[in-house]
This record gives sequence, C-alpha cells and structure tokens, in this order.
Amino acid sequence: MKKLINNPENVVREELEGIAIAHPDLVKVHFEPNYIVRADAPIKGKVGIISGGGSGHEPMHGGFVGMGMLDAACPGAVFTSPTPDQMLEATKAVDGGAGVLHIVKNYTGDVMNFEMAADLARAEGIEVESVVIDDDVAVQDSLYTAGRRGVGSTVLAEKLCGAAAEEGRSLKEVADVCRKVKNWGRSMGMALTSCTVPHVGKPTFDLPEDEMEIGIGIHGEPGRTRMKVKPADEIVEMLMEPIINDIPYKAGDEVLLFVNGMGGTPLIELYIVYRKAYEIATKHGLKVVRNLVGPYITSLEMAGTSITMLKMDEDMLKLWDAPVKTPALRWGV
Amino acid sequence: MQIHRDQIVAWLKAYANLLSEKKEYLTELDAAIGDADHGANMDRGFQAVMKKMDELSNQDIGTIFKTVGMTLLSTVGGAGGPLYATFFLQAGMKATGKMELSLAEWSAALEAAVNGVKMRGKAELGDKTMIDALVPAVQALKTAQENGTSLSEALQQCAHAAEEGMKATIPLVARKGRASYLGERSAGHQDPGATSSYYLLQTAADVWSA
Repeated sequence: MKKLINNPENVVREELEGIAIAHPDLVKVHFEPNYIVRADAPIKGKVGIISGGGSGHEPMHGGFVGMGMLDAACPGAVFTSPTPDQMLEATKAVDGGAGVLHIVKNYTGDVMNFEMAADLARAEGIEVESVVIDDDVAVQDSLYTAGRRGVGSTVLAEKLCGAAAEEGRSLKEVADVCRKVKNWGRSMGMALTSCTVPHVGKPTFDLPEDEMEIGIGIHGEPGRTRMKVKPADEIVEMLMEPIINDIPYKAGDEVLLFVNGMGGTPLIELYIVYRKAYEIATKHGLKVVRNLVGPYITSLEMAGTSITMLKMDEDMLKLWDAPVKTPALRWGV
Repeated sequence: MQIHRDQIVAWLKAYANLLSEKKEYLTELDAAIGDADHGANMDRGFQAVMKKMDELSNQDIGTIFKTVGMTLLSTVGGAGGPLYATFFLQAGMKATGKMELSLAEWSAALEAAVNGVKMRGKAELGDKTMIDALVPAVQALKTAQENGTSLSEALQQCAHAAEEGMKATIPLVARKGRASYLGERSAGHQDPGATSSYYLLQTAADVWSA
C-alpha cells in the first residue's frame, strides 16, 4: 500500500484537522463525537440539514457543509457508517428551531444508525425528517437485497435541499424536495481499478489490469458484470442505457447530467465521458439543462466514473442555481 | 439457580476476550461477503465496554446492559453497532433493578433482545444474518425453560441451537446487508454476524455453567 498517510488509525482525524485549518471561515470541526458543522450554526428559524456516512468519499459529505448546502456532516471510519451519537450531537448543533432533515444513503449501517439518531433526537424534542436516497440502478433485485444503494443523487439532493432551507421553507417542504430527487434521480457507476482501505492495507477486490467492473457501488460492492476494458464511448452507453430505461423519462424532459469521478480518474477523461453521455441523452430527446462534472462522491483512489441523471422542474432549476458556498461547491457568491 | 450480576460481568469480559482472539477470523468471514470490518468493529466496541466495567461495580443488571448498549452504539458503527446496541438495550429493559436473573427472566430478556434486533434490522429467518443464530437460540431456551431443564443444560441447548443456526447460514443467499449485493455469490460463506452472535451465547453457556 502506497498512500500519503501517517498512520492508518489516524486518517480520519488528521483529515478533519486539515479541514478545520483550511476552511475556518466556512466550517467548524467538532471532535468526539466527530462532525463538521457550519461556522454560523445554528441558524435561527432555518431547517437544519445533516448527512453523513463512511469516510473515503470526499468531498462528500464534509466538503458540502456551508451556506446553501449542508449544516453538518458526520464522517464515520473509512467505508463504515458513523454512529448515532455523532448524528445526535450534529442534529442538536444545527437545530435552529425549524427541525432537522437527515439525508441518508441507502446502506444497512447508515440507515440503522440514522434511525436510532432520529429516535434519540425526537426524544429530546427536535423535529426530524429522514429521506433515504437509493438511486443506483445497478442493483437489479432490489426486493431481494438491502435495496438500491445511495450514490450520486445524494450530492444533488444536498444542494437542492440546502437551497430550499436557505429560502426559509418548512421541514416538510425541504424533505419534499429531497423525496423528489430520490424519485427522479438515477445513477450507475463503473470501476477501472479497485481501491485500498487504509486500515485493511490491500485492495478491496481484485480487478485485472485489462478488465473493468460495470455497475459497481462506492465501496467496491460488486457490479452487474465484469469484462475487458472497452473504449469510453461504449462504457458510457453501458451506463446510460440502464439509467434512461429505468424510469420513463419522456422526450422533452429537462435533466441535470452529473458525471462523477471515483477519485482516481482525471478530469480529461470525465469530459470524454460527459461528451458521450450528453450525446446519448440528447438522442433520447432529453434536454440537458444543467450539469456537474468532477470528483464529488468518490471511492478513495478508485479509477472509474458514475453517471447520474436527475429530471428537473422549474423549482429545482431555481434551487440548483441558488448561491452555494462550501469547501467543494461554490457559485453565485 | 440464578444468574448473578457478577456472572453477567464475567460473561461480558469473556466475550470481549474471545472477540479479541477471533477478530481476524470474523474479519476474514466479513471480507468474503461484506466489507471486512466486523471483527475490528466488534473488538473496538467491547474494548470500550471493558473500560466502562469498573464504574459499574455493584450496579444492577439492567444498568449494566443499558451501559453496554449505549457504549456499543457510540463505538461500533456499521450495521453491527445499532444491532448489538439494540440487543443489550432491550435486554436491559427486562432486567431493570435486578441483581440476579432466574432462567425464566434471562429467557424473557433474550427474547426481548432478539425481537429488538429483528425490528431494527428488519431481517427474517433465512436472510443470512445474525437472526439465523439468535432466533433458534431463543426458541431452544424457551422450550428448555418450559420443560424444567436445569440452567446449565438450558444454556447449552441455547448455544447449540445458535451454533446450528450459524452453520445453516453457509448455503444461504444473503437478502439483507451489504452481502445481499453479491446475490448467489454470497452462498457458501458463513455469516459473520451469525458467528459473533453464536460466540455471545456460547460464552454465556460456558461462563454461567462453570
């Protein structure tokens, strides 16, 4: 294992220390329990929004804490769900009296830990709503598994809900925006290489030099198929078709197209992916009206990409364009 | 025959030691069908529990169980954390204020604990989870207790049922947790959660029968 770390045990703590020093104008980092919180939290009368999950997906979620997006993020150990005490303390720290939304990715551990945290927060008199994002179309037998995994749509949900909360909408209204993203967003990813969890020290799975895995999750969960590496355009087709076929996007629909890097793939390749994904969407009569290209929900140093498509309406477009100021996403300010 | 609070503490210590010993093995089981963290997570949680034991001297069994549950909740993470935390929190509610438990009381506490795990994880028998070890164990303990079996014999029957349930997970296809994404590829591997649950009940039988 070759990594820019000191000791595998201290990876998350030292990362958080770095974030605290780098962005004191935007966020504060609380240790034990660990959470990253907006520097100006709690904001009176505003719905608080928190998310969280295992570390190793940076900039998600800590990089999205700030004005117009998350109020707090709870990082767990690498690829391990955070614990309810972190979520409870973060919930209390961001509660401005208007309630708190938990945005949860659909993984067994995340869902259970957030459920317990929501129960504990309600017991302390804080109004909490939870929305579980499950947009990964690679999981086919969702009835016989833990269900579809939460991937790229999570980033978009955090942006749109953050803007809705900033406007002063109620907890139910902000949660409704989140549910819309859950229903209208679909994703699929692929890997060219595996990744190495620091405290494990060896790759999560073996992937030969000339092979790729289509339909992989963000922790190296197995995908739909493994095959020889193909040109980018063919790979993009294999990702886009299941997304487009999964829900009846209609010709004329306006969509946001999000091409994400898994951590080890450079932007030069992501734009090659975007170019083809745009062409396929357009061929199906979809109007790509917004986009996001870059590494926003990663899997350590894994090489690969995921594509997310989200159907947009007028309200969502307005929320997407609203100002945001976080370490990883910033515009309009 | 009763289970005294000191025996509860001895059980938890013995389980913590066993987890340290079996950490690598549990992680290996998890690496095959999950994310290779069950051994490390459980060991971290029960080491934290051990640190709390000193401040619990003379406390009742309900308080001990609730402290164990809250400690696991804040230290384990993953799916195992809330599930084992729920196990001890629910058992604790059946043991509030008690310095010792009869076989019938332990049986009721274990049943409440396992029902809590079922509710929290929404898993059923046959989904290839810790439920596959725990549910048969509860049934065996209830039957033994109703038949008037001695405490040590009843505990052995309970542990034996957990062991059989654990082994029965090997051919199963996982329907819950991260292993479920493997589909058919999850068959042929023993479930790590069922394994740590079997250890818990086998340790109880060994420590309380001695």
